[in-house]
Amino acid sequence: MTHLLLAYAGEAAHEVAQLSDGGTLARYAWLIPVVPLVAMFAIVFVGKRLPMKGWELAEAAMAFVAVYGVVLLIANASTGISYESSVEIARIGSYVIEWGWVVDGLSIMMYAVVGVVGLAVFTYAKGYMEGDVRFTWFFAAFTMFAGAMLVLVSAANMIQLIVGWELVGLASYLLIGHYWEDHENNAAATKAFLTNKIADVGLFVGVIIIGVTVGSFRFDAVLGAVADGNSALARVAFWAGLAIFIGAMGKSAQFPFHVWLPDAMAGPTPVSSLMHAATMVTAGVYLLGRMFPLFQTEGFATDVKAIIIVVGAITLFATGLIALVQDDIKKVLAYSTLSQLGYMTVAMGAGAYTAGLFHLFTHAFFKGLLFLCAGSVIHAVHSNNMSDMGGLRKSMPWTFRTFVIGSLALAGIFPLAGFWSKDEILASVQFDASGSGGAIASVVLVVAIAGAFVTAFYMARAVYLTFFGEYQGHAHPHESPRVMTYPLIGLGALSIVAGFANVPGVYEGFTRWLAARPFSMGDHHFESINYALAGIGLAVALAGVALGTRLWYRDAATQRERDRFRVPVLYPLLEHKYYIDDFYLRGVIEPIKGPIARFVDWTNTNLIDAVVNGFGGVARLAARFVYGGLDQRVIDLAINAVAGGTSEAGEALRHTTTGRVQQYAGALFAGAVLLVVGFLIFT
Amino acid sequence: MIINQFLVLAALLFSIGIYGVLVRRNAVLVLLSIELMLTAVNINLVAFGSYIQDTLRSGQVFALFVITVAAAEVGIGLAIVVLVFRNRASANVDELDLMRW
Amino acid sequence: MDWGNWFSDANNVVFLVVALVMVAASVRVVTSPNVVHSALMLVIALAGAAGLFLMLGAEFVAWTLVLVYIGAVIVLFLFGIMITRAPTGRDPGRLDHARRWPAAVVALGTFVTIATVTTLAFEDRPVSGAVTSGGDLGEVLFNRYVIPFEAVSFVLLAALIGGIVLARKDPER
Repeated sequence: MTHLLLAYAGEAAHEVAQLSDGGTLARYAWLIPVVPLVAMFAIVFVGKRLPMKGWELAEAAMAFVAVYGVVLLIANASTGISYESSVEIARIGSYVIEWGWVVDGLSIMMYAVVGVVGLAVFTYAKGYMEGDVRFTWFFAAFTMFAGAMLVLVSAANMIQLIVGWELVGLASYLLIGHYWEDHENNAAATKAFLTNKIADVGLFVGVIIIGVTVGSFRFDAVLGAVADGNSALARVAFWAGLAIFIGAMGKSAQFPFHVWLPDAMAGPTPVSSLMHAATMVTAGVYLLGRMFPLFQTEGFATDVKAIIIVVGAITLFATGLIALVQDDIKKVLAYSTLSQLGYMTVAMGAGAYTAGLFHLFTHAFFKGLLFLCAGSVIHAVHSNNMSDMGGLRKSMPWTFRTFVIGSLALAGIFPLAGFWSKDEILASVQFDASGSGGAIASVVLVVAIAGAFVTAFYMARAVYLTFFGEYQGHAHPHESPRVMTYPLIGLGALSIVAGFANVPGVYEGFTRWLAARPFSMGDHHFESINYALAGIGLAVALAGVALGTRLWYRDAATQRERDRFRVPVLYPLLEHKYYIDDFYLRGVIEPIKGPIARFVDWTNTNLIDAVVNGFGGVARLAARFVYGGLDQRVIDLAINAVAGGTSEAGEALRHTTTGRVQQYAGALFAGAVLLVVGFLIFT
Repeated sequence: MIINQFLVLAALLFSIGIYGVLVRRNAVLVLLSIELMLTAVNINLVAFGSYIQDTLRSGQVFALFVITVAAAEVGIGLAIVVLVFRNRASANVDELDLMRW
Repeated sequence: MDWGNWFSDANNVVFLVVALVMVAASVRVVTSPNVVHSALMLVIALAGAAGLFLMLGAEFVAWTLVLVYIGAVIVLFLFGIMITRAPTGRDPGRLDHARRWPAAVVALGTFVTIATVTTLAFEDRPVSGAVTSGGDLGEVLFNRYVIPFEAVSFVLLAALIGGIVLARKDPER
């Protein structure tokens, strides 16, 4: 067990504040991942027999995590906490496998987010999953996800991170395929799993490169090597950083690995909310944050940042546009999530550690909220399609209010959460453009502002199509039960206030929370609000809302008129998701499958058949001779002799199996004696 | 005292035990013979323990363990014998030949 | 090996007497036509073994043997004999197999093999009769061997439960 409390002084833009080790609170933080995992086993074993079928255990575990996370967050806000502890599990050569837990600004923020959003979602899921045939199983898998996510977040070394990383992948697979009666859902689960696996190869390669170069898999050792300017690590840093970013791209669904996330909406809506919006998909961003000094420190993987920012920019804009043409409300939100993850990635690529994680923080609340609202609506109208909705604002007032709050927060309307975090990302990109980012960052800034417009536009569309106009469906919509609306209200409140956690120049709590780490992150910090950029961001968001209102507010009357975004070339392109899925299917999977199959087939018909036929002809001729000459005379005799002998021997030996234990025992001892005697004689 | 006298005696007891195991029909008597074999083993253990003059007294400790396990074995063995007797009205080993060809 | 010398040690004379008694008792255990006699002969053989342990200085083991075997296990055997209504009269034909000679050959072969091997290996190396006190043994048992000790206690517990489960009358039948 080591206890580490180091402050590497450096060219920090903001100094690492005085840190405490967190005392008892931090020493027992290992409970945070362990409690949900224990709850998972308890649900598996006794869940079905409990009055609420295991939900109470899941809820209690999440409540524990939420309370612990928030208490840590408060403690961290007063005095920065930086604590780390590891228990050795195994030693392989010079490499040590450890279980550890990190309690620092970054992980505390994640504990709190997973706990608070998780608590809301688990409460909501009680109502949403009511009556499901696999209710208990659902909560077992969901609790396992929470535990695995916390294992990932608390990881003190890269091996443990991979364990959590793969476990959340497994939970994702299980939960996307929760309704496995439909083949499509299985296919979606498999797709998510395999896409992530491909990207995970990158993560493994990166971890192995770093671990072997540094000689340790611990984050503090790796980041310490970065801080010390380890030259061996510097040589491989580009490739290691790139490989790790590929891993992050898979989990955080960045282009071109984004294809799994929209399909993952096949899972129950609470799963989409917690895993595929608020927490699991942010694991990639979290990983970039955890390894941030590797990308930020001069001489290491700084070149990777250009790739990161470009990938993020492509993702944020391209997927945002697809959200415009989706009819399935969950798919709209899924593409929106992709777009927002693109923002976070852009921030990381721009070297803005705080901005990216701040957006992760606020996004978790409002996107979790939006998904829960969507689930509430789906619950009421029994359809995912917005063409079956409309006019729901009267029958579902609370869902409507909270959905609007979430949408405004996502669109970045002042003063809701999204405004602050998005503005900080824009400001960071602008700062990067004036510094090391250069021209690329300038382009990305424009893309990001355009993305803000698109975001407001598609959210306006979703709101109008769902809640305004005439009701188009067949079921009778009604407000969801309280167990579902209360979490909406709670998350709605957080979506309003979360942005105030970091207002440059006014209150900079979030920046200080995140700065509580043993290593300086070296990112830029803003002393005040950039009013020009904030104004532009707000203006484009309002323009998006205005355009959306213009297009969809009044003309929601008839089904055919409802969706009016049908721009000639763009629409089919977006409708087919830029043909990326088709490219993967026709361009990657089938060429691999097809030619190999054709080659095998050709070989089969032309080569093997010819050989077989040739042999066949020769064999027929030979057979005639053999049958007449040899078989009838020589071989039959031999075979009959062998068969007869075996039969006779079997008949004789059969009687040794008398079923009498004592005869067996006698044979045993006699055999042992013979073996010893033989051993003595022959040695 | 030499070690061999103990070892040869133990071998003799062990062999007598084997004879009993092989020749007795009644299951209780088979168990009795097995006890004889275990005692032979214990004599060996204690004799070797004395011979190597082990400060950990492993010979004696393991003799104790063997005694304990033997007690457990007798308990289970007799329970099985009682059960068999109850089902088949006989405790004769050679009548338990369900496993024969 | 100097037999004269060997006999001059009083310990060895005692050993010889005990050994002869043990062998005789053991033979009766496996040949007696009376089941109860067999059990009682085993008591004598075990008492002899306890005597040998005393000669080797293993006092604690000796008394444990007396307590556990002669005190408890033999009683258990006697109960077993009674419950299974094993024939207690003179009836060798029903107690032994007809074919004794193969068994005797195997037993003799085992004895010759083991005796030869041990004689060749150890010849006439001495053993000491130094006494091991119960305290010494306890100290080792609860320090070095505490985990095996716990494991064995668990085995005993399992045997206890298993014995009850097996021998209990099935209430449904």
